[in-house]
Amino acid sequence: MTATLATANVTPTWVQLVELVAAVCFILALKGLSSPKTARNGVLIGSVGALIAVVVTFFAGYEMNNLLWILLAMVVGIAIGWPAARKVKMTAMPQLVALFNGAGGGAAALVALVEYQAVGAEDTLVLTFTVLTVLIGSVAFSGSIVTFLKLQEIMTTRPVVIPAGRIVTIAVAVAAAVLAVALIISPTSLLLIILALVSLVLGVLLVLPVGGADVPIVISLLNAFTGLAVAASGYVLGNVLLLVAGTLVGASGTLLTQEMAKAMGRPLTNTLFGAFKASTALAAGGDADRPVRSSSADDVAIMLAYAQKVIIVPGYGLAVAQAQHTIRELVDLLNERGIEVAYAIHPVAGRMPGHMNVLLAEANVPYDQLKEMEEINPEFSSTDVVLVVGANDVVNPAAKSDPSAPIYGMPILDVSDAAQVVFLKRSMRPGFAGITNELLYDPKTTLLFGDAKDSLTKVVGAVKGL
Amino acid sequence: MSGIALLTIFVLSIFVGFEVVSKVSAVLHTPLMSGANAIHGVVLIGAIIVTGSSDTPLSLALGVFAIVLATVNLVGGFVVTERMLEMFKPKQPGKDAA
Repeated sequence: MTATLATANVTPTWVQLVELVAAVCFILALKGLSSPKTARNGVLIGSVGALIAVVVTFFAGYEMNNLLWILLAMVVGIAIGWPAARKVKMTAMPQLVALFNGAGGGAAALVALVEYQAVGAEDTLVLTFTVLTVLIGSVAFSGSIVTFLKLQEIMTTRPVVIPAGRIVTIAVAVAAAVLAVALIISPTSLLLIILALVSLVLGVLLVLPVGGADVPIVISLLNAFTGLAVAASGYVLGNVLLLVAGTLVGASGTLLTQEMAKAMGRPLTNTLFGAFKASTALAAGGDADRPVRSSSADDVAIMLAYAQKVIIVPGYGLAVAQAQHTIRELVDLLNERGIEVAYAIHPVAGRMPGHMNVLLAEANVPYDQLKEMEEINPEFSSTDVVLVVGANDVVNPAAKSDPSAPIYGMPILDVSDAAQVVFLKRSMRPGFAGITNELLYDPKTTLLFGDAKDSLTKVVGAVKGL
Repeated sequence: MSGIALLTIFVLSIFVGFEVVSKVSAVLHTPLMSGANAIHGVVLIGAIIVTGSSDTPLSLALGVFAIVLATVNLVGGFVVTERMLEMFKPKQPGKDAA
C-alpha cells in the first residue's frame, strides 16, 4: 500500500495475524471497560495489545533507518507520560486525559504530514485521508490544550467570547474546508502545512466559547476526534491495526459523548455552540447583600447526630480539599449512631461523569453507599438533613425553574425536598458554571463556611463529643 | 490491501465500536474515556513507521516528535486508567464491591 515497506509490498502474513490479535485485544479492552467487574482486565488486555502491536512493528520488515532516534524518542515519551500519570492528583485527572488526548491527535497529524513529505499520495482516497488526518488531528491537538488550560484554571473557566467569535469561527472552518478541497485537487506540502496551522486555530476557536461545566463533554468529543484522525492515518499508511483501533475509539467515543451530554440534559450542539451565554448576566446580581444563614460546626454536628436519615452530596470542592477520608469518617460515626446515610452521586459530580465515584472509591467508601441520581431523588423528601459538600451546580434548582439559566434542563439532585440542607462552602462564590444558586438563600438552608476538610474535621470532632 | 477492503474494515469497525460500549454504566464513563484515549495512542506504530523511513532532517525531527507525543498518549493513558480503576477494587473482604 505504501512505499515505506523496504523488502516487500505486502505486510508479512504473521505480522498481519499479530495485528489482528492486537485489534481483538482493543475490542475486548473497550468491552471490559464497560463493566466494573471486568474493567481492570480490560485495561490489562488493552495494554498487552498495544505492547505487542508496537513490538511487532520493529520486526515487520519496515525500513528502520533511524532506530536509535526512534528508541530514544520512545524513552523520552515514557519518561514524560508514566510519571505524569502516576503522580497526578485524582482531582486533576480530567485535564491530564485531555493532554494525553491532544498528544495523540498531534502525533496523528504529524504522521500524515511526514508520510506525505516522504512519498506523496498514490491516489485520491489516500490523499483525502491524509488531509482528514491533518485536519482532525490538529483540531484535537489545539482543542485539547485549551480544555487543559481551562480545567487547570490557567485561563478562565468561563466561556471566552471574542468579538464576532461565531463569524470568525465559521470563517476559519470554511477556510479549512476550502484548503482541504484545494489540497485534494492539487496537493502541495506547503498547502498541507497551512491546513495544519489553520486547523490548529480552528481547534482553539471551537473550544474557547465552551463553558467550564461543559468542558468534560468536549474532552470526550475531542477524544473521538483523535480516534478518527488515527483511523484516517491508518488508511494513509495502509495499516489495518491503526484503522481499526482509531475507528473503535472514534465510534465508542462518539457514543460516550452523547451519553455524557444526555447526563447533563443538553444536546451536544448546545454544548459546543454558545451554551453558556447567559451566565454572566445571572451571576452579576449583587448577591453579596442578600442574607444567608450561616452556622457553626457544633450546630451542624447536632443536626446530623439527631437526624434519622442523612444524604451526603459530594462535589468537586470535597475532592479539592482532599476531604474524602474525613467525610467517610463522619459517615462511619453517623452509622454507629444508627443513622441511615447514603451518598447521592450526580452523573457529572466532580468534573467528569464518574469522577466522583473514582474519588470516593479512593477513600474506601463502600460501593453500596453510593446512590445514583435516579435512585436517590425520590428519597430526599423523607430525608432529615442533606449535607452538600463542595457541590453547587448539581443541586441548583435554577436548572428546573429558570429557563434563562445556562444549566436549564440539566437533571439535578432534588435536595430542596429534604427537611434541612447544609452547605459546606468556602465562600459565596458560584459554582463552576458561574451561576447563582437560589437554594443558598432558602430558609431551610444552613451554611458552614470554610475549607471542606477543616469544616468536616470540626464536625467530626463535635459529633464525637456528643 | 485495496482501498475498498480498508473502507470495509473501517465501516465494520464503526459498528463494533458502537456495540462494545453500548451498555456502559455511568460510573465508568471516565475510565472508559481514558481507556479509549490510551488505545488511540497506538498511533505510535504509525509514528515509528514514518520515522523509520524518513530521510530528511525535517521529517526525522517531525517523526521523532510524533513518537514522543504518541508514547506519552499510549503509556500515560493506560497508566492513568489503571490508577482510576485501582480504586474500584474490593477493599473490604466479605463485602460485595461489585
